[in-house]
Amino acid sequence: MDQGIHIEGLSKRYGAGDTAVDALKEVNMSIAPGEVVGLVGPSGSGKTTLLKCLGAVIEPTRGRMTLGGEVIYDHAEGGWKTKDLRALRRDRIGFIFQAPYLIPFLDVTDNVALLPMLAGRANAASRARAQELLQALDVAHRAKAQPSELSGGEQQRVSIARALANQPPVILADEPTAPLDSQRALAVMRILNQMASQYQTAIIVVTHDEKIIPIFKRIYHIRDGRTVEEAGEGRQIS
Amino acid sequence: MISLAGRDILHSWGKFVLTGIGLGLLIGATLTMAGVYRGMVDDAQVLLSNSGADIWVVQKDTQGPYAEASNIKDDVYRGVRGLPGVAQAANVTYLTMQVQQGTRESRVMVVGFEPGQPGEPGYLVAGRRLLRGHFEAIADVKTGFRLGERIRIRRHDYEVVGLTQRTVSSGGDPMVFIPLKDAQEAQFLKDNDAIIADRARTAANPALNRPGVPGLLDAVNAAQTVNRSVNAVLVKVDAGATPAAVAQEIRRWKHLQAYTREQMEEILVAKLIATSAKQIGMFLAILTVVSAAIVAFIIYTMTLGKIREIAVLKLIGTRNRSIAGMILQQALGLGLIGFVVGKISATLWAPAFPKYVLLENGDALRALVVVMLVCTLASTLAIRAALKVDPAEAIGG
Repeated sequence: MDQGIHIEGLSKRYGAGDTAVDALKEVNMSIAPGEVVGLVGPSGSGKTTLLKCLGAVIEPTRGRMTLGGEVIYDHAEGGWKTKDLRALRRDRIGFIFQAPYLIPFLDVTDNVALLPMLAGRANAASRARAQELLQALDVAHRAKAQPSELSGGEQQRVSIARALANQPPVILADEPTAPLDSQRALAVMRILNQMASQYQTAIIVVTHDEKIIPIFKRIYHIRDGRTVEEAGEGRQIS
Repeated sequence: MISLAGRDILHSWGKFVLTGIGLGLLIGATLTMAGVYRGMVDDAQVLLSNSGADIWVVQKDTQGPYAEASNIKDDVYRGVRGLPGVAQAANVTYLTMQVQQGTRESRVMVVGFEPGQPGEPGYLVAGRRLLRGHFEAIADVKTGFRLGERIRIRRHDYEVVGLTQRTVSSGGDPMVFIPLKDAQEAQFLKDNDAIIADRARTAANPALNRPGVPGLLDAVNAAQTVNRSVNAVLVKVDAGATPAAVAQEIRRWKHLQAYTREQMEEILVAKLIATSAKQIGMFLAILTVVSAAIVAFIIYTMTLGKIREIAVLKLIGTRNRSIAGMILQQALGLGLIGFVVGKISATLWAPAFPKYVLLENGDALRALVVVMLVCTLASTLAIRAALKVDPAEAIGG
C-alpha cells in the first residue's frame, strides 16, 4: 500500500535512564485510503501518544512513518522530513477531537474555511470548499450560525468538515463519539465511513466506546505501548 | 484571510466595549490631568497677556506681584515713565480675597487698574467699561456675577457694569477689576477702629506728639491714614525698544526689580506651578502604569480563557505570528476603544471643572501613541502565554 498511512517500528520513550518510560514499543500500522480503523485500549496504554506522534505533535524515538505515499518521518534518516510540522499538520492531517473545539468567534463556514485560508487559498475558494463539505455533512443550513447555536451533533459534523477541509490523506479522530448518545454516536460513525469512502481518506478513530467498536472492519488494540491488529465485526450501521 | 482579532472582538463586543469604557474612563482621567496642567500654564500666560504689559516693575528682591508680595509707592510710575523706551507705565494692585454677593461668597482676585492703561481687561463679553471713578466693577464670567449685581468688597458695594472672560490669577481664581483708588483702599486702608487705635497710640508717643511742635501729630496721623502703595507698575515699551534693555535701565536707576515677559513666564510656569506640575506628572505616571496593568491583566485573562482554542489553532496550522497578531490587535483595539471613550469623556467633563482644563490636540495625539505603546507592551505577557501553548493540548490525554 503506497497511499494511506503506514507506520513501521514506531517507538516513543519519555525521560531517560531509570525513570524512562516506553509509551510506544515497535508499533506497526497500515491504513489504506478510504479505510476507517479503530484504535482501542485502556487508559495509559499509549493511544494518545500514538495519536500525537501520528499528528506530528511530538517526535517519536524510533521508527518510520509514511503518509500518502511520502515518508514524513524516518528516525534512521534524521527524523522529520520537513522542518515545517505546522504546514504538515495543516495540509496533510485532519483532526477531530473529543469535543468539537470549534473556534467560538467564527461562524460555521469560517470554522471550516479557516484551514484552506491558512494554506493560502483565496477566501472565496476556501468558503466554496467549506460550503461543499457542509452540504455533504448536511449542515449547510447552519452555515452562518455561531458554534454556540449548534447542537452537539451539528458541532461534531462541522468539526468533521473542518478536518476534511484541506483534503488530507489521513484524519485522526480522538474519541469523537465520547460525549454523544448511541444514536448520535452511530450517526457520526456513519458520516466518517461515508467521508472516508467519498474523499479516500484514511481515518483512525481512537475510542473506548463499546457502541461503535463493532462497526470497525479492522481494529488495533493497544496495550502497554504495543499494538495488536485484529479483524472487527464490520457491522453495518442501520 | 480572516481577521481573527476582529472576529473575536465582534463576537464578544459587549465585553470589549464594557472593558474599553472602563479603560476609557481611566484614560479620560489621565487626559484631564494633562489638561489641568496645560490649563495652569495657559492661565499663567493669559494672566500675563491680559495685563498688556511688556515689563513688570515690582519691589526690589521680590518675585511679585503674582508669585510673591510686592509693595511699592504709587508715585514710582512717574519716574519709570520718564525713562527712555517707556511708552506707558501704570500702577496696579492685585489682592486675592473673598467677595460677597448677597449671601453668596466667591474667591476672586481683585485687580485695581487705571482705565486706558496696562492692567485693564482686554475685552468685554457684556456690559461696558468703567466710566465712574468709584464703586464700579468688571467681573470675569467665572465669578458667576451678573450685570447690575452689587458685590461687596471690604467696606463698599460695587456694581458689576461689565463682564470679561479668561481673566484668572495664577491660582485659577477669576478676576474682578475695580478702579485703582478703590483697590488701594481695599488692600491697604485700615478700618475705622484700627485708625482710632493707631491715632491714640501715636498721640501717646512723646516723640510724635511734642508740645513745642504744633501740627506734627496731625501730619503723622495723616501720613498713617493715607496709604499710597501699589503692588506693581506695568510698563509698555515704545515700538522698537527692547523690553530687556528697558527693564535693565529700570533696575539700574530706580532700584526696583523689573521683569520682562519671558522672565515673568519663567517665574509663573517654572517656579509658581512647578510643584503642581510635578504632582500632576506623578499622577500621570501612576495612571499610565495602572492603565498598562489593567490592559495587561484583561488581555492576559482573555487569552487564558482561550487556551484550548489557541491549542486547536496551532494544531491545525495557524502560525505563531498570526496568534500573536490576534492578541496584539485585540490589545490595540481595546486601547483604541479606551482612547475614544477617554477623549470623549474628558471633553465632556472638562468644562465642569472649577479650574480651566485645556485639552490640547497634541496631548491627545501623544496620549494615543502612549496608549498604543502601553497596549503593545501589555499584550506581551498574553502573547508569551499563548506562544507557550502546546498544540498537543488540543489532543486529549
